[in-house]
This record gives sequence, structure tokens and C-alpha cells, in this order.
Amino acid sequence: MLEPHRLLTSLPDAIRKLNPATLWRNPVMFVVEIGAAFTTVLAIADPSGFAWAITGWLWLTVLFANLAEAVAEGRGKAQAATLRAARRDTTARRLRNGTPDGRAAWDVVGAAELRQGDVVVVEAGEIIPGDGDVVEGIASVDESAITGESAPVIRESGGDRCAVTGGTKVLSDRIVVRITRRPGESFIDRMIGLVEGADRQKTPNEIALNILLAALTIIFLVGVATMQPLAIYSKAQNPGIPDTLTLDSDGVTGVVLAALLVCLIPTTIGALLSAIGVAGMDRLVQRNVLAMSGRAVEAAGDVHTLLLDKTGTITLGNRQASEFVPVDGVSELELAEAAQLASLADETPEGRSVVVHAKRAYGLRERRPGELEHAEWAAFTAQTRMSGVDVNGRRIRKGAAAAVTEWIVVNGGRPGGDVAAIVDGVSASGGTPLVVGEATEDGARALGVIHLKDVVKEGIRERFAEMREMGIRTVMITGDNPVTARAIAREAGVDDFLAEATPEDKLALIKQEQEGGRLVAMTGDGTNDAPALAQADVGVAMNTGTSAAKEAGNMIDLDSSPTKLIEIVEIGKQLLITRGALTTFSIANDIAKYFAIIPAVFAAVYPGLDVLNIMRLHSPRSAILSAVVFNALVIVALIPLALRGVRYRPASASKLLSRNLSLYGLGGIVAPFVGIKIIDLLLPVMS
Amino acid sequence: MSGVVFIASLVVSLALVHRPLGDYMYRVYSGTRHSAVERVVYRLIGVRPDAEQTWGGYARAVLAFSAVSVLALYGLQRLQDRLFLSLGMGPVPDHIAWNTAISFVTNTNWQSYSGESTMGHLTQMAGLAVQNFVSAAAGMSVAIALVRGFARGRTDLLGNFWVDLVRGTIRILLPIAFVGALTLVAGGVVQNFAGPQELTTLTGGAQDVTGGPVASQEIIKELGTNGGGFYNANAAHPFENPTSWTNWIEIFAILLIPFSLPRAFGRMVGQVRQGHAITAIMAVMALTSVTLTGVFELSAGGTVPQAIGAALEGKEVRLGVADSAAFAAATTLTSTGAVNSFHDSYTPLGGMMTMVDMMLGEVAPGGAGSGLYGMLVLAVITVFVAGLMVGRTPEYLGKRIGPREIKLAGAYFLVMPILVLVGTALAMASPEQRASMLNSGPHGLSEVLYGFVSTSNNNGSAFAGLTVNTPWYDVVFGLCMVIGRFLPIILVLGLAGSLATQSAVPESAGTLPTHRPQFVGMVIGVTVILVALTFLPSLALGPLAEGLS
Repeated sequence: MLEPHRLLTSLPDAIRKLNPATLWRNPVMFVVEIGAAFTTVLAIADPSGFAWAITGWLWLTVLFANLAEAVAEGRGKAQAATLRAARRDTTARRLRNGTPDGRAAWDVVGAAELRQGDVVVVEAGEIIPGDGDVVEGIASVDESAITGESAPVIRESGGDRCAVTGGTKVLSDRIVVRITRRPGESFIDRMIGLVEGADRQKTPNEIALNILLAALTIIFLVGVATMQPLAIYSKAQNPGIPDTLTLDSDGVTGVVLAALLVCLIPTTIGALLSAIGVAGMDRLVQRNVLAMSGRAVEAAGDVHTLLLDKTGTITLGNRQASEFVPVDGVSELELAEAAQLASLADETPEGRSVVVHAKRAYGLRERRPGELEHAEWAAFTAQTRMSGVDVNGRRIRKGAAAAVTEWIVVNGGRPGGDVAAIVDGVSASGGTPLVVGEATEDGARALGVIHLKDVVKEGIRERFAEMREMGIRTVMITGDNPVTARAIAREAGVDDFLAEATPEDKLALIKQEQEGGRLVAMTGDGTNDAPALAQADVGVAMNTGTSAAKEAGNMIDLDSSPTKLIEIVEIGKQLLITRGALTTFSIANDIAKYFAIIPAVFAAVYPGLDVLNIMRLHSPRSAILSAVVFNALVIVALIPLALRGVRYRPASASKLLSRNLSLYGLGGIVAPFVGIKIIDLLLPVMS
Repeated sequence: MSGVVFIASLVVSLALVHRPLGDYMYRVYSGTRHSAVERVVYRLIGVRPDAEQTWGGYARAVLAFSAVSVLALYGLQRLQDRLFLSLGMGPVPDHIAWNTAISFVTNTNWQSYSGESTMGHLTQMAGLAVQNFVSAAAGMSVAIALVRGFARGRTDLLGNFWVDLVRGTIRILLPIAFVGALTLVAGGVVQNFAGPQELTTLTGGAQDVTGGPVASQEIIKELGTNGGGFYNANAAHPFENPTSWTNWIEIFAILLIPFSLPRAFGRMVGQVRQGHAITAIMAVMALTSVTLTGVFELSAGGTVPQAIGAALEGKEVRLGVADSAAFAAATTLTSTGAVNSFHDSYTPLGGMMTMVDMMLGEVAPGGAGSGLYGMLVLAVITVFVAGLMVGRTPEYLGKRIGPREIKLAGAYFLVMPILVLVGTALAMASPEQRASMLNSGPHGLSEVLYGFVSTSNNNGSAFAGLTVNTPWYDVVFGLCMVIGRFLPIILVLGLAGSLATQSAVPESAGTLPTHRPQFVGMVIGVTVILVALTFLPSLALGPLAEGLS
């Protein structure tokens, strides 16, 4: 997480960030820098070991803060370098007149000269010069430069797989691409900007937190400054007391005043705030998600309603055989065997699942088509809607209920009423019935029904229970009819479902949720998802999706994984929690620092105040230095936490709060007492 | 022991009464009907009672009303010798008149004069007492406007200040004050139009004591958390507060409205339990403070207290140490500032408690209205700091706390400490102002610090021991009172306006619960830590230095 070499390589950046012209954006650390400059002047004017020690540690405090930010940004920089390599200057073959048909009529131009609407042709081995949509042809494309996934993907004209990204490489065939973005604004350019944090804008919550930190800084600035007349008065009231390192007739010495101020203002969170934000975006990038704005990441933490596509997210991609229901007079094993035989020539996932189920549930070994002699295979086609085998005068068919029933009738059999009853039962439970029939010389009959159903992904139910505990409502989106949808929804444990969903329905649902003040997150890939993606507060577009979808969403999932949305929500929450935890910790720290510094400064004039020195620090000088050293070191100690984020386990708000309050609130009160005491014990040993 | 019974009976009584009174206030501020008297008032001042105001309009109305009130009160004092019932008093000196006018309009009731030798009956009744009513009603109006900000959604309207002001005065304060005044009269408080009467004192000397409409003034002074006494000795004067029994009633009156408003708040936002949480926060802080003050006073360790068995300096024997300490806590926990004993004479740590009460921002339970809005601002800040730890953009009562809200709440939080710290530093840096201190050493510093804490918080009680009727203090304390009252009010109304425009985020399991003991503890923690962090250095050089030596 935080290797020493990363600290070292980030050091030049950290030093560069000392420049006040950029540091003023961080009011807390800017004040520390002014304090450090102030004590430097004092130390030069009136040199002492104490003054220089404080000065050194104040500069280190600023440096550590810069280091935190630099380390956080450093990760993105490495990634950006890889991306830049992909964006090497390419040439493009631009078709004249922007028409795709003139095969030979092209100009060779630099990729940088391409404009929106230009049409280029790209052949195997060439780099796609810019973002666009395939308007003609089909090709396999290596997108590993942006997704890190080495398996090539298919891109073809029309449909939802037409978007190509500049910088990716065509591996086979030839495509004609219409450019949709200007160079410099391309996906890869935006990606570089995002991972580098170059155009990172502060999010609303970050701005609000900065305002609060500025307010606290002002309060302590005023508090420390106005202490001076009181200190002068108190010193004058006790004329017999000699001047000390901390207090003389001009009041509290400048070095101590600066030290006190730096200890009191919320430096810990001030130092780490920006690193937390950068690291949060980075955590998304690590999971191959690109957030177009930090705002979207925060919104992910606030989401009330998740719209999840059924297929791929909640259920496995395809329906699977789950049960064989025989008609009267046929044993289950008999049906299983027939179903297996009839499915051997069916290479569709449904067909495979019948074979798998027969093996798993009945121990029927999968037979290769070649094993059976004289067998004649009837493969599944969309026209016949069934598959089967003819062997030894026995013909077996399996397929859609209507198709097989008709086949039985044609072959002189009667399907019988109980088959129809089973078929209706399976349909009513949300499943898909496949009928198995056989025809011999004696006639044709139905053997039974294969129950195909959607298989809910393992662990998804628990995942949704966690979501519910976090206060997030899950809504399943499916094209299925309401009966099927309800059955799956119940099994998966989602809170609600939208059946027979059209893009318009989705959009209406999002608007309706938002009307009630809820924030909605969804994933989508098709062009017709674009309006809903744009309307959703968090719209995650699949990288495989159309450019319209990618344009409309505020995040892009390079893995195109439908479950990613859940992880995104967790990352959003983790980001906010990390901020809150460190803010609380930072403020709670101040108590101990007061107990270190107030007696150190004033116990000389009012010996009674020494009872506040509950840490029994051995001298005023050591007390103040220990507080300053602790204040600086705690920043370094917390950099890993800021980068990694606090541990997040899904739980209700109330539980999360109890846990984090005791950890970072109470911990924040106690930790500095222990830390300052230890430093106080170590300081004499070290010097 | 009697002290425990005294406090316990107060707690029980408030627990019984806050609910019906809170419900009544909810109905008063939510009702749509206007009584005949109110309609006459609206016609007289030219207000359309059904036209609601935006936050800006509401704030302008508060400021305009207050400005006119200051001018009227100033004029009345300066011209009192030419009007009737002046008891032969001359015009009030200009710097005192300005200070007093501001003091009463801002609900502070800091008195740099002595009532019986400066103000005639007309000034007391038509000037000071009227402000006792309306300044409290104005504070309540602002609190209600903030509550409406939480309760409403997608609107920029916060109600009508004039309606809230008139209703608060006529329907809430007047009836309670009427009953309360009669009760006080029954308890022995003076109510007449008599002039000076010669009395023989304990030592056999002769003293002139003015009579007057004391009971009616006394009750609204406490009920409206004003605190300006008819007499200079305030509630320590036997004509204002003769017995333990009247002492009890006066403390009850002080705490009545501040402790009932959270109930009205809970009703208005439609979640009674949210009101309970606010009441609980106030009650825990108040009881802790009352207990600590009592303990510090009862366990005084000085030579004289040891010899006579109690820290009785500055306290009335007829009221006793415990009951006086309870009064001192109540008057500083609210923005009342009436005193029945002299805080300057308290033990250093007991005296510090009265300052800490005010430094909390007077929120436990705080002034009439100002306590509730101060507490809600603290709740907003707490939600923001700790609420992030549940992984959501912080929300309070369904309203998001974003940059704009935190800007307003943060600025609100800055006003009072800056006034106190800068003011104290200026005074301590100047030899002339230091000369006003009666004592030297840390106690002298406490006297100055107390003055700034009291005026900036619109409390109005004096530590005593500081000569404040000098032009410098009159002007500077006047500024502290004006800024300390109206800048926070403007910020609170701005916050209310910003909240009202938001539509409420629905509650879910992911929402930070703000009605549980957990939240109560959090607000207390944040409040105490922020106060401790801000004021610890000054306290260390004042009362702490004195108390720990």
C-alpha cells in the first residue's frame, strides 16, 4: 500500500507543492506554512536549539501533507504513463467526402487532424485513430490498452457493440469508423486527465468540509492571537517569576505561539483531505471504473435505489435446467435419459444445462454424439425450436412446448392432458417448460417436461440483504413477464422489480424515485439506455456499450461487469467515511495537545495549572516539542489509511456510526495522550 | 438535601409542562386563523398577515423592527423627564441610554445603570417591559422560521415575521406572564406605583427603597429570558425575589419556554422524537452544569467559607447556597442574565461554570428561541462532522448539509467566540480598561472575560466587580450585543432559507439516526470539545488559574 520507494519518488513533487501560490488552496496547511516561515525568521534572529527544532518540525508537517497528496497522485501518474503510450501519434486514413463507400478514396492524415464526423478506415494491425462508431464491417479489437483485458472484443456496425476507442488496435478484418470526438477530448485523453487528477475538481462535500476546516482555523487563529494580551497581563501580575523559554514579559514567545496554533488547527485532516479524494478515485480506477467526476463517486455513497439488470447481475446469463417432471407412467430416470439424449446435439446454453443437470442429479454420464452408432442428430434451430436424436428406430425430441406437442401430434400421438398441466405449472412459477417427446413404431407420446429456470447467482441474496441493511433499495429490471419476474425477485431477495421493462419505463421509474428525493444508480450499455443513464444520479455505462451510453453515464466500467455497481456504492461510502473518520480524529486530537501545551506555557506563572499536565511531561520545552512532533508524525502514520480508506463493512448507519465513533472519536482522544507521552520519553534519549 | 429536592422538583415540573406548552406553541405558530385583536394590530402596522416572507424578507423585518425599537427606547430614556411617571429622574445619559436600548432590544438586558435610581416608571413599563416581551417573541420567531426551514420543502417562504411576533407575544408570553405575575404577587413580590419609601435596615440605618410594578416586570424578565431587573440588585432584592418559593417560580419561568420549544420543533417537523433528542441534549448539559456549580459552591475550601460553613459571600442567606447556585446556572444556561447572587463572589470554579454555561453558546436550553436555533446549528455541525462516518452526505431531518449550509452554520459558530476573544484581548491590552477591574490577578481577568461572554451571548448578567458604565465599555459592549444578536439571526434565517428550498431526502436504514442517545452524546461531545478548544486558554488564565492554585 505504501512502499518506501513511493515516498521517495513522490518527494520532489512534495517539495514542489511547498510553493505558497498553490498551497493557499489548502487553508489549513497554508497557515502551517506561514507559521513555519514565521518561526524560521525567529530562529534566525534568535537562534536556539528549541526554536530550530520547532521550525524543522513545522516544515516537516507541511512537507508530510504534500507528500500524502503526492503519493496519492503518484499512483495515477504511473497509470497515465501507460495510457499515454497508447495514445501515440497515429495516422488515419480519412475517406473523402465522409462517405464510407469510396474504398480507394482516402487521404492519410494525422490522428490529431481528425474532426467529428470524419470517416476513417482501419484494417487489421492498425491503431484506431480516434473515438467513434463502427459504421461498416466487423472486427476483433484489442482493447487491453485501456481495459487491461487481453482477450480481444468484437466490434461491429449497428447495434450496441459499435463503439470503438482511439488507441485500441484492430486485430482482424476491416472496419469503417465515424469519428465522434475531437482529438484531445477523446476517451483516453479524459482517462489520463482523470487518473492524473489534473482536472480534479473539489466535490461539494469536500468543499463543505474545507469550509468547516477554514472556520476552525479562523477560530484557533483568533484564539491564539488574542491569548497574547492575557498572557502579558498574567506575566505582569506575577513580577517575581523569571522569563522562561515559553513566556516572557512580551507574552508567549513567538515560536511557542506558532507551535500552539499548528497543533490546534485541524492539520491531520487538512493534510490528508486531498489525498483521500484522489485515492478514492484511484480505488475506482483499480477496479477498472472511470468516474467522470468526483461528484458521481460521492453520489454513489448517497444512493437510495439501485436499478439492476436481471441478466448477468442477479441471475447467471442463461436459464438452466433445474428439474425433470415426468408424466404418469414414466420414471424420472427415463425422462432424464431421454432429455439428455435429445440435448446432446443442442449446443445452446439451455441445451448444455440439460446435459449437466442429468449428470448432476441422476448420474447420467455425458455421451459423445459419436458413441451411439447409427444415431442421426437433429440440431437445435430457431426454425424447428427443438433438438433430438433418432437412434434404433426411436426418435426423441426436446424443445419448446408448442413445437414438441405439434411434433407428437404429427407423429400420430396425443400429448395428453397432464403434460399441458405440467407446462402451465412451470410457466406459472416463472420457469420455461421444455417438453420431451418420443416417437416409436407404436406411436408418439410425451415423456415429461424439463423445467428451465433462471439461476440466481450464488451469494447475491446475502448481498442484497446487506444492501437493505445499508438502507439501499434494490430494483430488478427485466424484460420478463411479471410472473417470471416476481418469482426471480422473490428468490434473489430484491426489494422490487420492473417487469417487461422498456427504456421509457426505466426512465419513468428513475424520475419517480428522484421525485421522492431518492438518488438512483443504474448500469446500462445500449443506446436506448442513454436517457436513463443521463437521468440517473449514478449512471454506469459498460465499456462494451455504445458511445451514446458512455456519453450519457457519469462512470464507465471497463470490465463491463453488471455487479460493479454494488462495489461502486461501497467505494463511495468508504470515501465519505474516511473523510469523516479523519476529521473526527483530527478534532479529538486537540484535547491532548491542550493538556500538553497550556501547562507548559503557563505553569510557570500559575503553578496550580501544573495539574493539567496529566501526562507528566518532563519539561515545558519537551512538552511543546512532543506535541508538534506528534502532530507531524500522525500525518505520516495516517497516509496509508487515507490512501486505502477505512475498513468498510456493509451495516446500518447506526452500527457504522457506533463503530467509527469509538474507533476514531475515542481513539482520537486517547491516541495523542499516548503518542505525546512516548515522544516525550524518547526525546532526551535521541538528543 | 433541600437543594436536591429543589432541583428535582424543577425537573419534574418542567417534564410535565413542556409537553402541553410545546404542543400549544406548535398550534400557535402553525394556525391559520387570526384573532380580532391580532387583526387590529396587523391593520395598524399595515401588514398582510397571510403574505409569507422569504428568508431575506423575514430578516429585514426582524432588523427593521429591532432598529425602530432601539430608537424608541433610546428616545423614551432621553425624554423621560418631560413625560409622566418619571419619579423626578432626569434624562438617562446618552451612552447609558444607547447601551440600555440595545441591551433590551437584543434580549440581553445588560444593565450598566441601577434601575431604581435611573429609570422612571414609564420607562420601566412602556420601554423596558415592552422590549422584554417583544425581544423574546422575536427570538422565538426566528427559531420557528428555522424549524420551518427543516419542516418545509421546495419553497422559499418561511412564514411572516409580524404574525409570528404578534402571536408569540399575545398568545404565549402575555397569558403566562399574567398568571405568573399574580403568583409572584401572592408570593410576596411588590406590585404598586409607590414612590420611594423609607425603611429601617438591620443595622438600624434608614434607606429609601422605591416601590413599583415589580412583579409584572419580574415575571416577563424571567419568562422571556431577558434578565433586566427592576432594581440594581436584580433577583437578589427582597422586593423582586423574597422567598425560596418565588425563587423556584422564577427559575421555572426562566426554563419554561426554552425547554418547551423543542417539543414544538418536534411537532412541526412531524417527528416528536427529534424534539425529544434536542430536549435530552439540553437537559443533560443543564443538569451537569447545575450539579457542578452546586458542588463547587458547596465544597468551597477558602478560610472564610470553612469558618462559617458555606460560601455565602455574595449570596442571600434566605435563598441559601444550593438554590442560589441553581439560579446562577439557570440564568447563564439561558440568555436570561438575572441574578439572585453575585457571580463575582462565587468560588473560582463555580464562577467558571457560569462562564462555561454561556460559552456553550447558551443552548442548554438557551434563550427564548435563541436556545433552540443555537442548538439546531450545533446539531447541523455535529451531523456534518460525525455524520460523514456513516458513508453518506450528511443530512439532518432529511436536509442535506452541503457547502452553503456549512458556510452559514460555521459562520454562526464563529461570531460569538470572535467577539468574546477579540473584545477581551482589546480590554486587557488597554491600561484604561484594565483600570475598570475591581480585582487584580486572574480574578480581574475573569471579570473582563465574563463581561464579554455575557454581552456577546446576549445574556446580560454581570460578574460584577467591573465598572462598566464608562463610555468605552458602554459602546463596546453595545456593539457586542448588537453583533452577537443580529449577525447570528441573519445567518440562521439564511440557513432556514437554504434548507426550505431543498426537498427532503427520505429516511432509510442508511440515514444517520438523530433521535437516539448516540446522537445526543455526539452533539454534547462536539459542543463541549469545540467550546473547550476555543476558550480553554482564556479560562486557564482566569478562573482555572485561580481555582487550581
